Amino acid sequence: MYTQALNTSDGDDRHVEDATRSAQFQARIDADERIEPNDWMPAAYRKTLTRQISQHAHSEIVGMLPEGNWITRAPSLRRKAALLAKVQDECGHGLYLYAAAETLGTSREEMVDAMLTGKSRYSSIFNYPTLTWADIGAIGWLVDGAAIMNQIPLCRCSYGPYARAMIRVCKEESFHQRQGFEIMLTLARGTPEQKAMAQNALDRWWWPVLMMFGPPDQASQHSDTSTKWKIKRFSNDELRQKFIDATVPQAQFLGLTIPDPGMTQDAEGHWRYSEIDWTEFKQVLAGNGPCNRDRLAARRKAHDDGAWVREAAAAYAAKRANRPVAQAAE
Amino acid sequence: MATPNSPLWEVFIRSRNGLAHKHVGSLHAADATLALQAARDIYTRRGEGLSIWVVPSSAITASDPSEKGMMFEPAESKIYRHPTFYDVPDEVGHM
Ligand SMILES: [Fe+2]
Ligand SMILES: [Fe+2]
Ligand SMILES: [Fe+2]
Repeated sequence: MYTQALNTSDGDDRHVEDATRSAQFQARIDADERIEPNDWMPAAYRKTLTRQISQHAHSEIVGMLPEGNWITRAPSLRRKAALLAKVQDECGHGLYLYAAAETLGTSREEMVDAMLTGKSRYSSIFNYPTLTWADIGAIGWLVDGAAIMNQIPLCRCSYGPYARAMIRVCKEESFHQRQGFEIMLTLARGTPEQKAMAQNALDRWWWPVLMMFGPPDQASQHSDTSTKWKIKRFSNDELRQKFIDATVPQAQFLGLTIPDPGMTQDAEGHWRYSEIDWTEFKQVLAGNGPCNRDRLAARRKAHDDGAWVREAAAAYAAKRANRPVAQAAE
Repeated sequence: MATPNSPLWEVFIRSRNGLAHKHVGSLHAADATLALQAARDIYTRRGEGLSIWVVPSSAITASDPSEKGMMFEPAESKIYRHPTFYDVPDEVGHM
């Protein structure tokens, strides 16, 4: 009853929607009510959320690849167990999010296909390579740190299933960032070579991480309606600034240098950063980052290699469903 | 003629805006519509809910509580899944 009722496709969202219903919907949002799957919602709200949640899910799944690269080469059993647990968590996050997106009426299979065919995106950050062990530290500290900045306000997003998934995710993220920072701290306090490796990772990850918050506010396409609908509670630039202000003292504690010589602290204590190279961001989004092709190829291979498992499970379930009741109950 | 047994339903209630539905108990009813009405009358007499789900009890597949040791053993030894496992000096602040 629940999912079938939701299985309505988007249709054309430009058709004229009932003005009264739209007004009632906005009034509910303004009153901070949560919208739930069976509630009426504008087609554009459904579409925006389906896009955002499914892209978030793809990011969690693709995000396993750069870190997975180091599981077998982790420097100790302790580090290996932690990294394995983190990567498992990211997989879980992807699954929570696909399930939340499915309540909007698009099946997980469709969403996964859209990612595999390149129609649907994932976070640009996962198109960068993990060249050294220090990158695992930098990812936990910075990439998960940025993700946390983004995800905390989403715990209050107007769409109930997304907000609830984010609460679960945020609880789990804390360990991700701490294990990354611990790796960075160990390296920064290690031999000169280890410290240099940590610095090199920070140098390479810093700017791509700032790009994770998306284009600057003047250039962002989706923000206005997303803000009106309380999907987004802070602008890209606001979140980026919060992240930088939180991270600069952490880098100082590590004794590492943020690769932005022009960075200064203003009178209010905010760290003012230099211009971000948005052409690089656009290039990565357009498929021309260092690892875009690798990432998609790895996802497609995993999907194809797993086909027989999905087929076997479906065949087994069908066989059991057809079995006479007496036998099935044994 | 004996009265036929009516099926059992599990009742889930969303108590507040934004919260997930939570299991509150079960009831007997002949069909889904009656189960929903009964759930309202039995479980929300003091305005405890914003929304109700009823699910046939027979549709629920449950883990065996007597096997909980084996079931949840994999998570027991993995203390490194918790943030407190990692050393982050106090000076760094909350993370
Ligand atoms: Fe995650
Ligand atoms: Fe995430
Ligand atoms: Fe994470």
